[in-house]
Amino acid sequence: MENFIEQLKQSGLLGRSGSNFPVWKKWEAVKGAVSVKKFVICNASEGEPDVFKDAFILENYLPEVINGVKIAIGEVGASTAYIYLNKNFYQKFKQKIINLIDNSPIELFEKPNGYLAGEETAILNAIEGKRIEPRIKPPFPTEKGLWSQPTLINNVETFYWINKIAKGEYNHNRFYCISGETTNKGVFELPENYTIEQILKETKNYPTKPLDYFYQIGGGGAGEIMLDNELNQPIKGLASIAIFSKKTDLMALLMKWADFFGNENCDQCVPCREGFYRIKEILQQVQGKICENDKQTLQEIFDVLEKTSLCPFGRTAYKPFKSALEKLF
Amino acid sequence: MEIKIKINNKEITAQDGKTILEIAKENNIHIPSLCYHSDLTPKASCRLCLVNIKGINNPQTSCSIIAQDGMEIETNTPELAMLRKTNLELLSAQHKEECPDCVLQYNCQLLKLAKELKADILKFSDRKKDFPLIEFGPSVVFDSSKCIDCRNCVEACANQSVGYLEIENKKGFNQITPSKTKSCIYCGLCITHCPVGALEAKSEFEQVEEPLKNKNKILVFQFAPSIRSSIGEEFEMPQGAIVTDQLVGAIKQLGADYVFDVSCGADFTTFEEAKEMVEKFESGKPSLLMSSCCPAWVRFVEKYYPEFIPNIATSRPPHIILGGLIKTYWAAKEKISPKKIFVVSIMPCVAKKYEITRKEMLFKYNGANFAPVDYVLTTRELAYLLKKRGIDLAKATPQKADNPFGEPSGSGVIYGASGGVMESAIRTATKILGNNGNPVAVDFPKVRGQEGIKVGQVELNGKILNVAAVSGTGNAKIVLEQLKKNPDLYQCVEVMACPGGCIGGGGQPLPQDKQIRQKRAQALYNIDEKKKTRTAFDNPDLKKIYKDFLKNEKIIKQICHTEYKNPKS
Repeated sequence: MENFIEQLKQSGLLGRSGSNFPVWKKWEAVKGAVSVKKFVICNASEGEPDVFKDAFILENYLPEVINGVKIAIGEVGASTAYIYLNKNFYQKFKQKIINLIDNSPIELFEKPNGYLAGEETAILNAIEGKRIEPRIKPPFPTEKGLWSQPTLINNVETFYWINKIAKGEYNHNRFYCISGETTNKGVFELPENYTIEQILKETKNYPTKPLDYFYQIGGGGAGEIMLDNELNQPIKGLASIAIFSKKTDLMALLMKWADFFGNENCDQCVPCREGFYRIKEILQQVQGKICENDKQTLQEIFDVLEKTSLCPFGRTAYKPFKSALEKLF
Repeated sequence: MEIKIKINNKEITAQDGKTILEIAKENNIHIPSLCYHSDLTPKASCRLCLVNIKGINNPQTSCSIIAQDGMEIETNTPELAMLRKTNLELLSAQHKEECPDCVLQYNCQLLKLAKELKADILKFSDRKKDFPLIEFGPSVVFDSSKCIDCRNCVEACANQSVGYLEIENKKGFNQITPSKTKSCIYCGLCITHCPVGALEAKSEFEQVEEPLKNKNKILVFQFAPSIRSSIGEEFEMPQGAIVTDQLVGAIKQLGADYVFDVSCGADFTTFEEAKEMVEKFESGKPSLLMSSCCPAWVRFVEKYYPEFIPNIATSRPPHIILGGLIKTYWAAKEKISPKKIFVVSIMPCVAKKYEITRKEMLFKYNGANFAPVDYVLTTRELAYLLKKRGIDLAKATPQKADNPFGEPSGSGVIYGASGGVMESAIRTATKILGNNGNPVAVDFPKVRGQEGIKVGQVELNGKILNVAAVSGTGNAKIVLEQLKKNPDLYQCVEVMACPGGCIGGGGQPLPQDKQIRQKRAQALYNIDEKKKTRTAFDNPDLKKIYKDFLKNEKIIKQICHTEYKNPKS
């Protein structure tokens, strides 16, 4: 275990929350930080629509995940680790986790309601009993996290792979969620470098008439819309594929997203709070075709969301709108 | 420690620990910003102060990023301009434009930025056009249809340890809303920290002309100590400009029959407070005495620390005493019926609007009840009224305030700054006690300046008195909690609810920050230093009035004292 962070670095493991952030960098930062107290948080808040891989992992591999957390506690020198569980997971797995804790300083925390309560700095606020909304970064949680102490936050799946890496069993796989208009929905473990097409074919989800379908890749909220000709690439963010028939009511789909993000954003910064309100307003006014003027305005809003939002929520949530408008309208 | 950074390719040396925006401001590099306020923590909510930092992908908010050695920063690129423009357009769409009657009309950052960024602030419909006006008692109005959700007011209120302003989710939006359980103390710091004029004094603008409508009455204006070094800012004069005599001239031009200086009233408050101080001091066991001139502070004690109510000085605030003297002593002297007199106080404060409605401020005289003051206008309201009437303060003919309330001591003038009330009381108390025949010190620099809690020791006839001058009720809370644990910690405590005292009051010109407050305060100390009479006790007019009118305890109590009880509401 002496060179575990080196091992992590060699593995090339990226954050499985969809952030794609090199895991070893966070570990190194927290391990190297000088502080009396340090914390580890396992993010089991899974709240993205159409994403259910963490549920699958907790159901099938709970001991591996908890072991991953224990490795982190030892490696970074944490005083306490929190397993931050959404309400459903908390009910389902509370007792099982307690049975696995042994003498480790691991505590359970039940996530409050709301999509944003799963964002890493909002988690810190939730545990501290503050208003649940993202914090301004920097400072990053690895420097000033929970109660201003260095804090390592990783996702359930990340901890699962940590355990594998420690045992020398990491095979560069990841867990993919497949949902939508298909027959073989579910969670599948496959290599991380598989293309979307390979994944669909391997799991018997590739449509017989591919041109009649489109896909949302990376989550049922913030995922990007892709067409059949874009499937020859691996998934970079959250490993989720939702399959839609082209007969789908597109305006209804856009409105569903607009409602979701309009309601779930924290209202702290302008691009999210006002941006989603205006996106919805414009979509409501559209009669048939979206005019050039509206397209221009929408593009401006997408730009500020992507480039000027306070937290990752806004910086990704524009994607489904932008890609759908470009590719389906 | 010093760091070197580059902004727009210009090498800049700066102190470590400052934000990019702060360093840019110090070096006269303009970065558009709206929600930033130097009194508060960065909210980074308006997303306008965007800059590019070499090596970081997306633009960052310069208000929230601490500059690091070697950083290379760009503040002006076409992309940044476009992003700022879009964010400003989105932001403006939650702000109903009612420019003609806005506290910021001549200094609106939103309009300035719109011009600079070529933003179409009417691009979107007003999202909040039907949002309500919410009144906070008789002092403050929150026009929620103008609020841009920056939450500066929420922090300012929380910093006061009041927390009256909260965030509540309504119809899918987290909005600022007054608490249903807590009480507003009417300090008005929400007003002075709002970047877009969504908060203002109650009846600000709509009713400024009300006092002038009393044509069949004798119209008496009196202006507070701190106004003389702040109102000039409303007329493009330098910060801290002393305009006492122009102010009198301008108010006379408005149609006031008489103009008096509340600093003279302050001399009476000082004398009475100093007597309370000496009385407690001579009783052998000096118990705690706390100042009473700040109505927001008094309300803070009443609502949140009622156990300290008995420690509040019973001496009335300066404009209340002066209003009482105007309607009694002066009215008799001038042979005017007190009922014919209409007294208007020009105050740096919105809580004073509430104070004059308190029954504790009424007084009984010759069998009838009187309100010492009939109307309060804030500094901003007076400036607005003058402008409305085409009167330029900068060009007004200087005049002296009317006698016998026109020539205050220096003590009465420094009342407008945090520590001023304490310093005045100490000067007079030492005088009363005689200091064992030794010369009496006049200056007490330990209670001056912009620090929130200033402490010192005063020697009175060989005995030591521990004093504290506090500004901000958040700081007051700290001191009160200390006193709960250790009642002997201080014997005299002065509290003003606003930062730096009345010069930073909720009714004062906008914008304001620590530097501006310091300039306003310094100007008051400069006036004090040049005064021949610097101790309230030595004010000849005061001496004469005590000799001729305030001759016995009964009349002194009627005019100069009140009593605070644990209020029910």
